[in-house]
Amino acid sequence: MALASPASTVLNNVEAVRTTLYEALKTDERTLILGEDVGARGNVFLITKGFIEEFGPERILDTPLAEASIVGIAIGMAMEGLRPIAEIQFADFIYPAFNQIVGEAAKTRYRSNGDYTCPLVIRTPYGGGVRGALSHSVSIEALFYHVPGLKIVVPSFPADVKGLLNAAIDDPDPVLFLEHKKTYRLVKGEVPNGHYTIPIGKAEVKHSGDQLTVVSYGLYVHQAIDAAKRLAGDNLSIEVIDLRSIRPMDGTTILESVRKTRKLLIIHEDNKFGGIGAEISAMVAEEAFFDLDAPIRRLCGPDVPAMGYAATLEEEFMISTDRMADAMREMVRF
Amino acid sequence: MAKAMSKPALERQGLSDDQLRWMLRNMYLQRMLDNRGFQLNRQGKIPFATGSEGHEGIHAGTALAFARGKDILVPYYRDMGLCVGIGMPVLQVLLSMFARGKDVSGGRQFPNHYSYHSLGILSISSIIAAHCPHAVGAAYAMKLRAGGIGGPSRPDVVKTGRAVLCTFGDGSTSQGEWHESLNFAAIHKLPIVFLCENNEWAISTPRDRQMAIADIIDKAPGYGLPGVKVDGSDPIATYAVMKDALDRAREGGGPTLVEATCYRFLSHTTDDDDRTYRTRDEIESHRHLDPVPRFEALLIEHGVVSSEEASKMKKDVLAEVNAVTDEAEALPYPAPEELYAHVYEGPYEPWL
Repeated sequence: MALASPASTVLNNVEAVRTTLYEALKTDERTLILGEDVGARGNVFLITKGFIEEFGPERILDTPLAEASIVGIAIGMAMEGLRPIAEIQFADFIYPAFNQIVGEAAKTRYRSNGDYTCPLVIRTPYGGGVRGALSHSVSIEALFYHVPGLKIVVPSFPADVKGLLNAAIDDPDPVLFLEHKKTYRLVKGEVPNGHYTIPIGKAEVKHSGDQLTVVSYGLYVHQAIDAAKRLAGDNLSIEVIDLRSIRPMDGTTILESVRKTRKLLIIHEDNKFGGIGAEISAMVAEEAFFDLDAPIRRLCGPDVPAMGYAATLEEEFMISTDRMADAMREMVRF
Repeated sequence: MAKAMSKPALERQGLSDDQLRWMLRNMYLQRMLDNRGFQLNRQGKIPFATGSEGHEGIHAGTALAFARGKDILVPYYRDMGLCVGIGMPVLQVLLSMFARGKDVSGGRQFPNHYSYHSLGILSISSIIAAHCPHAVGAAYAMKLRAGGIGGPSRPDVVKTGRAVLCTFGDGSTSQGEWHESLNFAAIHKLPIVFLCENNEWAISTPRDRQMAIADIIDKAPGYGLPGVKVDGSDPIATYAVMKDALDRAREGGGPTLVEATCYRFLSHTTDDDDRTYRTRDEIESHRHLDPVPRFEALLIEHGVVSSEEASKMKKDVLAEVNAVTDEAEALPYPAPEELYAHVYEGPYEPWL
């Protein structure tokens, strides 16, 4: 070898999804992408742009506008040995497919006693802060994380996106793959070249500290890290954990951190009531109650149906980095 | 329609005497298995059973048109006779009724919800028409593997040599996923046959409360696929229509909607009481459509079987059903820890 190829490339999250999908299509002919506008348009965020020319309309399949059957058809393909990667154009549009995901995909292996499996990835962009109004900004994870048989992944760093998307495609069970759309082009990072996977169900400490544990995922991980860095200037030491996977969830990393910092703040965009934070709070209360020096706190989206289109309504819904920093400061001082 | 009976020669559609006798035996078997389910329920031995009485002609005819080892069946819960007809062991029917550990679902599923990968029977739920897109996805996979999906600039006729058979009742045709499935299958000219077993009743809702049209096949042209209606009480006629439709799918001709008419003589399930929504007179007015005595009389009339042979066949079938009932009943329930198996591949904990 005359020249060593670089070990990594700087990509944003759109590019990380795109390059991972591309490599999967290139290396495994069982894979195919189906969804609305994934073909000539190349997906509404241009993630699959140019794929149809290279892989053809059979594997880059523009579907009719019918989400239930996008997932349902993908299930049939998966049961017959293909590796479909279904796309729901916006997470808000996933509701018509609810039964196919919860009642069918998640139960295929179980109800057939392992005779049939459903290796299926459902990718969908979610989340707000992009003036998406009521139907282009919701978080859907809490509606699905109650469901055994389903895996849910929500990476927000480009390297994690690639490693977890590869893991999802390789996984023998159905995986819901959530991409926060505001991080798509906002977040850039080094992504290792070549094929690698990150195990589903492993969180990662993205910022180390010893006075408070912050657990978050999606867009807010990035803001939480910003807030933690800012507070480091005031000699406050905040640990930020990026969950990356919601089902299964990494209790080990959370408990290890909480036992060290003795305080837990959970931050998520989805509303608080019945959200991911509720399960984490309950688990920590059950497992580490006597290690805590302060009540667990959750900083979450307000309990309203969705964020409004008006900038004022959206800003009111979203949690600013300032609010995160304030909450962190209060928790450390408790 | 007693057309076939009134003709001097039997319209056998190329079926041999052995095949005709096989159909009769399959229909006896279905009827006795149905009765057995209701008996066991009334004896308190099983919590639930679903009957298909009236559907036997559809199942016997369709089973012969199905290519074992090649085609894929995506059935619904009233297709016990069809599953047995394409090779599922009769014991599985009883194991499913008794919810024994050796049942194909490991005792998890309701009766009549079979999955049998080696026979090409896909796993289904009880959610009406939720299986239709699965059938379409399987047909897409089948066509993709056989040489491509085709399209504007591609060869449109892809001979798969095999097909997917997707069955459902009249009530299913109200579900959105049913319509989505026909639409997608027609767009991609998939090798699939949609078979509607129209028994006039969706639990307690009659067809005229389910749709404003009289013929379900009238829904087909809107999606660009042909619809064929057949008297499903006549297994020979059903066989001929199903064979045509399946052959067309196998040869790259695309999907067909077949409507096979019949009448549901039993309540929806053992938990239903049809006296709350239909009269005994209505049921009796359809008795002439009962496919089992009708087909038996036809074969006796044309000398394919004698009355004695038919009686012996019935006795043999009853003996078989009794034997598998005893065999299944003697087997154990699944071990309680099986509740935790097959959630995912490998061991599973929600917290890692």
